[in-house]
Amino acid sequence: MTNQEPLILAFCCHYCAYAAADLAGSMRIEYPDNVRVLRLPCTGKVEVDHILAAFERGVDGVIVAGCLEGGCHFLEGNLRARRRVERAQKLLAEIGLEPERLEMFNLSSAEGGRFAEIVTEMTERLARLGPSPLRRDRQSTEQHVAQMTREAEASHAGEQE
Amino acid sequence: MIVADRKNVAEIRDMIKDHDRVLLVGCGTCVTVCLAGGEREAGILGSALRMSLKLIGRPNVVVDECTIERQCEDAFIDALAPAVADYDAICSLGCGAGVQALAERFPQTPVYPGLNTQFIGILESQGVWTEKCLGCGNCRLGEFAGICPITRCAKRLFNGPCGGSRDGKCEVNPELECAWQLIYDRAKALGILDRLESIAAVHDWSTGIDGGPRKVIREDQCIAGLGPKA
Repeated sequence: MTNQEPLILAFCCHYCAYAAADLAGSMRIEYPDNVRVLRLPCTGKVEVDHILAAFERGVDGVIVAGCLEGGCHFLEGNLRARRRVERAQKLLAEIGLEPERLEMFNLSSAEGGRFAEIVTEMTERLARLGPSPLRRDRQSTEQHVAQMTREAEASHAGEQE
Repeated sequence: MIVADRKNVAEIRDMIKDHDRVLLVGCGTCVTVCLAGGEREAGILGSALRMSLKLIGRPNVVVDECTIERQCEDAFIDALAPAVADYDAICSLGCGAGVQALAERFPQTPVYPGLNTQFIGILESQGVWTEKCLGCGNCRLGEFAGICPITRCAKRLFNGPCGGSRDGKCEVNPELECAWQLIYDRAKALGILDRLESIAAVHDWSTGIDGGPRKVIREDQCIAGLGPKA
């Protein structure tokens, strides 16, 4: 991967998108390697400030990937996440950043192929939009993303099996 | 509680255009509950402002956040006082009272509002707040089955309803409940419809805002010399 490729942070629900990403790997389905997966117990855990923090730290795009509507393990976490994503998109527009850099997707844990499609779709979209004007040097952004991921894992350690 | 909502990011950014170090101050009371200006909202606005400033070519402007328990009481502003010296402007995420309390406490520091204060109201349903009180200083809810015709009737009628009440809705806005329909229904349910037989007296508006800003004094609580000042 080169520094010119868009960097994507994907907030993934443990019960669907994260498992689907895993499945994509098991199925040997290729998808762009510029996505960083941040595992959450539910997309309902995603707050607007988490999304903005990612953009502020220089990522080019953010994916929030939760269970199919009606299939949330916490009943409505993914529905709340969608509303928050919509709010964050409005804020991005106010800031002057393209709202299309952020998108919510719904998929099941059996959809490894769909996960690969989503990452590909976002990568192509971000390539069309060009790099985020808030980009920092790649290494610093990667470090921030890794830190956010570690913090997320630490905050829900023990919540799943 | 006081209900407010956030100003547009660009409007706030323009207000602080002459400053290089800005402290965003959240308030932990009413505006936290109405999700406009608490700690989380201060963090969101801080992040949004920094990004917005960077996009207009001012990446070096410092925007930090700090949230205190209550902006409208000087004693709570103590927690903020040491930090303010490091900034050349404050953007308050409190209500209008909070903004002015900060301005009084820090006479040398420009203070800008980050919110539009809307009204005194209640949480109607999740994410929806509605206005219930105008603070007229002369509460007559007891006469109207606990529903305020001043706030909730668009015409502020004390002897309603008017001819514009249709199917329980107001002619001003079909989504607005007719306050007088609500008063009638509740009075009927409480068995006090007879109270509506008598003509309600003309309201004494002298206790309202029209005579200038008001003051409430509890003399037994007035102990000179207490309360820190910057």
